[in-house]
Amino acid sequence: MTHNTPERRRRGRRPPIVLLILGCLGLALFLIPLAGLMARTPWSELPRLLAGDLVTDALRLSLVTSVLATLIAAVIGVPLAWLMARVEFPGRFLIRGVVTLPLVLPPVVGGAALLFALGRRGLIGDPLGELTGLVLPFSTSGVVLANTFVAMPFLVITVEGALRNLDHRYEAAAATLGAGRWTVLRRVTLPMIAPSLVAGLTLTWARALGEFGATITFAGNLQGRTQTLPLAVFVALESDRDTAVALSLVMVAVSLGVLVMLRERWWKAL
Amino acid sequence: MEGAVDGFGLDASFVARRGPDFRLDLSLSIPPGRTVALLGPNGAGKSTAVDVLAGLLPVESGQITLGGVTLDEPAADRFVPPEQRNVGVVFQDYLLFPHLTAIDNVAFGLRSRRLSREQALARAGGWLERLGLSDMAQRRPGELSGGQSQRVALARALVTEPDLLLLDEPLSALDVTTRARLRRDLAEHLDAFPGPRLLITHDPTEAVLLAEQIHVLEEGKVTQTGSADDIRLRPRTQYAADLAGSNLLVGKASGGRVALDGCELHIPSQVEGEVLVTIRPSAISVHRRRPEGSPRNSWPTRIELIERMGERVRIRTGPPLVLTAEITEEATLALGLIEGDEVWVAIKATEIGVETGAGSELS
Repeated sequence: MTHNTPERRRRGRRPPIVLLILGCLGLALFLIPLAGLMARTPWSELPRLLAGDLVTDALRLSLVTSVLATLIAAVIGVPLAWLMARVEFPGRFLIRGVVTLPLVLPPVVGGAALLFALGRRGLIGDPLGELTGLVLPFSTSGVVLANTFVAMPFLVITVEGALRNLDHRYEAAAATLGAGRWTVLRRVTLPMIAPSLVAGLTLTWARALGEFGATITFAGNLQGRTQTLPLAVFVALESDRDTAVALSLVMVAVSLGVLVMLRERWWKAL
Repeated sequence: MEGAVDGFGLDASFVARRGPDFRLDLSLSIPPGRTVALLGPNGAGKSTAVDVLAGLLPVESGQITLGGVTLDEPAADRFVPPEQRNVGVVFQDYLLFPHLTAIDNVAFGLRSRRLSREQALARAGGWLERLGLSDMAQRRPGELSGGQSQRVALARALVTEPDLLLLDEPLSALDVTTRARLRRDLAEHLDAFPGPRLLITHDPTEAVLLAEQIHVLEEGKVTQTGSADDIRLRPRTQYAADLAGSNLLVGKASGGRVALDGCELHIPSQVEGEVLVTIRPSAISVHRRRPEGSPRNSWPTRIELIERMGERVRIRTGPPLVLTAEITEEATLALGLIEGDEVWVAIKATEIGVETGAGSELS
């Protein structure tokens, strides 16, 4: 029987040719721009370019603001996700819509909305400035806020889904073992959703790192204060192509490094 | 309601609701050192009873008292949350925390009660050793067999020295061979536990072997309460009658025979001591006169009850041993059997099932 030879069986394990072609096309879409970037990179000039003020300022600012935004998202986004997953309240679907809005809204619109609300003459920004002297727009705090606004939905959605899928009877079992609500959260709920939590934090951080539109609208483009890597790339593209390429390469390297590392360790479940 | 328990037992009499359609109405009294079984089919409200006693579901009305302390009483506006009750629960599918090792699972309750990590691990380790699981201490639940998981769950429930032990279908997730072995172990651990114990089960064998008193629970209500024999001899509902029809008898085995109340049977096994004898109703034959040939287990008796169940006919025989036999309608007609008739019954020794591992209180 020819169709039972070992060779035929080995061939049977090969993926279908159509899927192979289409999948490779999909991969090419990701790889070709990277190749373009590499091809345009002035490799011998790279060390000098990377040492420049514009690059180091933007890299430092990007890392600081994206990490801060991720931390803030963790502190306020996880409780929000918990409430959405566990508490029955009217209009919950509306809340879910509001939470996911920053995902679909053009970031520049988000930035403008932040400005109207928290700007110097804004709805909240005005009394806030009067009372505390705190001015958010065109400051590093403004960058963090814009980043958090745009990136937090990734965390909230991921964690809410995980909490929804978690069998609540594990938490009940913990309660019968004498664990109060806080202990249950700390020792059972959060560890059990850890993979989703880490995935959500990673997505949030990655989104914050790449944030452009809301940041430039709300926080402006001041080197060393609000000019993050994407903003610096945008500026450099106009004036100094080589620096723009170097900055882009830094972004690719940082993002890829972190994502690959986390994927190895945490994302196997996804 | 039964007489109140003095000292440190469980006294519960309550109505609880789950969803719009389900209502559980239950009265229970369990003295310390006694095991009561809640026996019933799926959906009867057994797990709801566990949730209520553990504090996971507040009652609608009534009162739950454990060791003289009121745990739940809406009329007095009193409700003790689960983490403040000292109730050990072995859940149906164990619910071991998948992210913790076996020993950390067992230590969980001690850590929650603010014991230091060292003390908690030492005591948890002691329990694992007692249950023969020392080698498994560092394994996660995903790496344990069903039987090992069950013992870890038991250790986790017992390590905090609870005032009440709840076992929700503790053996149902196990395969048949493991179940028989672990049932014997469980009987020993129950004996060693000083407080009241409630066993939730749908398996009459488990109820008879592990508990001194059985409550039959159907559709949220207790339809019958009593010893295994009470329910077997005087079933009050169809469900109880079906259970009774499975002829579960407790006796003492020795030298290939088992002594039951008022008679002796030959059995196909050489076990000694307390046993549970099971005889399928269809394995019992009914004859007009003394049967010839091999059956060593045969005796004359009287037909007490004839019940038609479709093609099958169920016959209850009288003393010396009350049994339920099931024969075909044809055979009944051919023999012309009616209630009150004098007949002979016969059972082949090989048709008698013998389960060891009965608790010492069973007689």
